[in-house]
Amino acid sequence: MTEPLIRARGLTKTYGDFIAVDGIDFDVAKGESFGFLGPNGAGKSTTMRIIGATSVRTSGTLTILGKDPEVNGPQIRAHLGVVPQQDNLDSELTVSENIFIYGRYFGLSSSFINKKIPELLEFAQLEEKKYTKVEALSGGMKRRLTIARSLVSEPDILMLDEPTTGLDPQARHILWDRLFRLKEQGVTLLITTHYMDEAEQLCDRLIVMDKGKIMAEDSPAKLIKDYSTKEVLEVRFGSERNQEMVEILRPLAQRIEVLPDRILLYAEDGEQLLEQIAAKGIHPNTSLVRRSSLEDVFLRLTGRTLVE
Amino acid sequence: MMSTKIRKVSKYGSFHVAEARIRNMLKWRGIILFEAVVNPTLYLVSIGIGVGSLIDANNGVNGVSYLTFLAPALLASAAIQGSADEVIFPVMEGFKWNRTFFGMRSTTLTAQQISLGVFLAAMARAMFSIVIYWIVLYLFGALESDTAWLAMPAALLAGAAMGAVMLALAAKIENENFFFTLVGRFVMIPMFLFSGTFYPLTQMPTYLQFFGWISPLWHATELGRYLTYDYPLSGLQLSIHIGVLAIMIVAGLFLSTRIFAKRLEK
Amino acid sequence: MTSDAVALSERRQGKFGDKYFAGRPQQVLLRNWLTFKSSAWIAVVSGFFEPVLYLLSFGYGIGELVGNISTSTGNISYAAYIAPGLLATSAMNGAMIDSTWNVFFKLNESRLYKAMLATSLGPLDVALGEIAWALMRGGLYATAFTLVLAGLGLVTSWWALLAVPAAIIVAFGFASFGMAITSYMKSHHQMNFFEIFLLPMFLFSGAFYPLTVFPGWAQAIIKALPLGQGIELVTKAMAGDFGIHLLVNVTYFIVMICVGLYFTTKRLNALFMR
Ligand SMILES: Nc1ncnc2c1ncn2[C@@H]1O[C@H](COP(=O)(O)OP(=O)(O)O)[C@@H](O)[C@H]1O
Ligand SMILES: [Mg+2]
Repeated sequence: MTEPLIRARGLTKTYGDFIAVDGIDFDVAKGESFGFLGPNGAGKSTTMRIIGATSVRTSGTLTILGKDPEVNGPQIRAHLGVVPQQDNLDSELTVSENIFIYGRYFGLSSSFINKKIPELLEFAQLEEKKYTKVEALSGGMKRRLTIARSLVSEPDILMLDEPTTGLDPQARHILWDRLFRLKEQGVTLLITTHYMDEAEQLCDRLIVMDKGKIMAEDSPAKLIKDYSTKEVLEVRFGSERNQEMVEILRPLAQRIEVLPDRILLYAEDGEQLLEQIAAKGIHPNTSLVRRSSLEDVFLRLTGRTLVE
Repeated sequence: MMSTKIRKVSKYGSFHVAEARIRNMLKWRGIILFEAVVNPTLYLVSIGIGVGSLIDANNGVNGVSYLTFLAPALLASAAIQGSADEVIFPVMEGFKWNRTFFGMRSTTLTAQQISLGVFLAAMARAMFSIVIYWIVLYLFGALESDTAWLAMPAALLAGAAMGAVMLALAAKIENENFFFTLVGRFVMIPMFLFSGTFYPLTQMPTYLQFFGWISPLWHATELGRYLTYDYPLSGLQLSIHIGVLAIMIVAGLFLSTRIFAKRLEK
Repeated sequence: MTSDAVALSERRQGKFGDKYFAGRPQQVLLRNWLTFKSSAWIAVVSGFFEPVLYLLSFGYGIGELVGNISTSTGNISYAAYIAPGLLATSAMNGAMIDSTWNVFFKLNESRLYKAMLATSLGPLDVALGEIAWALMRGGLYATAFTLVLAGLGLVTSWWALLAVPAAIIVAFGFASFGMAITSYMKSHHQMNFFEIFLLPMFLFSGAFYPLTVFPGWAQAIIKALPLGQGIELVTKAMAGDFGIHLLVNVTYFIVMICVGLYFTTKRLNALFMR
């Protein structure tokens, strides 16, 4: 195997006494789409900032393209495209000026950037907004512009910190489509998210993070296979009766999880389980059979849900 | 459980809005108090004694010391500054930065009550600055006549006139980018410098005196001078000064109510 | 695929300070130029009027009450007396607006520096670029104001041309120092610090009246403050009065510039690279 693009060993970051990232190890290969899945506060953004050479690790080793970000920060940043959790576009400039000046920060020539701008505007579907001030853009447009802007230097690695948080479903799907295209072009993607559907859609491989630690690492399909059953039956009995039903249902399912508003029953065949329950004369207010997701993996690993 | 009884709607909405604004100001009471005391003291020491020493050596103005001449102007100017600050920032915040006005509008409050509430809170702030300033002036011995305490309501009139006009203007502006800079440089500073503040208005060329006539600072300063030392004003002059300020207050409040309603209900 | 960005930053690798400096402060200037072109010119150009209004109001209005002022170089009109002080003050204000409020906004509200430092730029590029911009603004005000003085017949010799470089040095010092302090400010309420510091410095600077009205110890303090130094520098330069004191003034500002740059770079690094 060739040398990984990013290699972290025992990567740790503390703020005073607080450990934000707690000795994590991972490798990211070239062309891979690598995800960090975890709830708020898991340490995803902190890890991204360390990789982006804008935050200094407390201990551990990290090499990016064979270099150490602490020694060669600017040289590494020249290879990276950074999409931070919060957009930091230049609100006083227009859409195309934003891309232009960002390219200039990298020291790129005006002629190179000007050739690039139409291509990036097309990518971000912002051709018509070329001369619009950033202030006037919608949330989804700003997000797409931030991504387009990060691509001006043709980065080898694109880092996206919660790319679709706060966007409506339609805007999210447009964005996912754009990211697929980049993946097809061979750009290495680093994505953090607390949406399991996003992680399933976009990531070849991911690590599940919680409280600064890695809980599991694999492809989404493999994680689901290893940590959950094929299907899940969700039942609701109303807030007063959920508790008393748990003990009755427990022997019927492979595993059971109780959430504040519903009970999750894990089984290979959800419909069959539902029939079994009905045969016992138990009739939940609502029931739903679905496939297992990364949400269930996370619940299994931490006993908590991803999005509270 | 929920009752469908008809609920009472408070008639004193503007006072509730003013209360909210004043509570907000109280968070910065340290800074406000500090400014209220330090600002006049610095101005009085520097200009009153510094420039004043040059002028008094040259016979003073209006037959009184320069400090006495300057005092009512500085008092009215402080009132204007205080009320303008407390009008412009909350309006920007309310319509744009935090959109708090839209939140207020979804309660039982009306647009009129909101605009009036902001204005009342600004008056409270202006009054506070005025009282402190007046005390400092008194301690510096800048107030000569028995009616000097009436300079306080006169200054408040100036603050109210400017506050009402600024309330309408700030509400009208939807893009604040350079609003503060432009208001500062093309309204506040010229007004401060050319309203007969530092020397009698009549000393300026006639075409520049026009600027004083539309300046609330000049009208309030004339009233203030009349009240703090024996500066003569006729009954007609007195009523013109008060009348102009009153017109500004009424017109400003009327316009701002309409603009508020338009923006909050569109 | 090796993009130009990569090639460029590798070329600087191993050079002095390559972690803090990418050699491209001019790109930060370019960014400001773009905003200036589209709208910021209103704010910048309007700033020119401030000292002019003071000059007209005080110079002629108070001048009439005061009469002439006797100085070491003879009896001059009050307007001519306050002109150098107003020039130094306007250079200070022009530089301070850009390096304090504008920098504060970019630092905290718009996260502009964060975006800049996520590219291969370094903190020193940002600091130098911003200070150079503030400096150009200060220089512009100084030049325009000197022209106004000449138009009003308030300058008497060609030495007045020296007002421009002198004002630029003053602007540079304030810009550099102002940006350093701003980078440590956390809330906009702390920004009131500048007003609390600048207002007395302005009022007591001796711009409006001879410092001799104050006792000796107060005069010494005023002269040691940055604006006191600035006014002295501009006044002496405009009068063509060269001597050791001019060297002292200039050195004072060079120290201010270096200290400011050092702390700005250090602080930006701590803020965005930690
Ligand atoms: N600059 C900082 N100072 C102190 N604590 C921080 C700082 N940045 C992040 N943290 C803390 O580190 C933890 C991880 O934060 P972050 O990496 O942003 O999590 P995530 O992106 O997964 O939501 C959080 O508890 C956060 O409060
Ligand atoms: Mg995060």
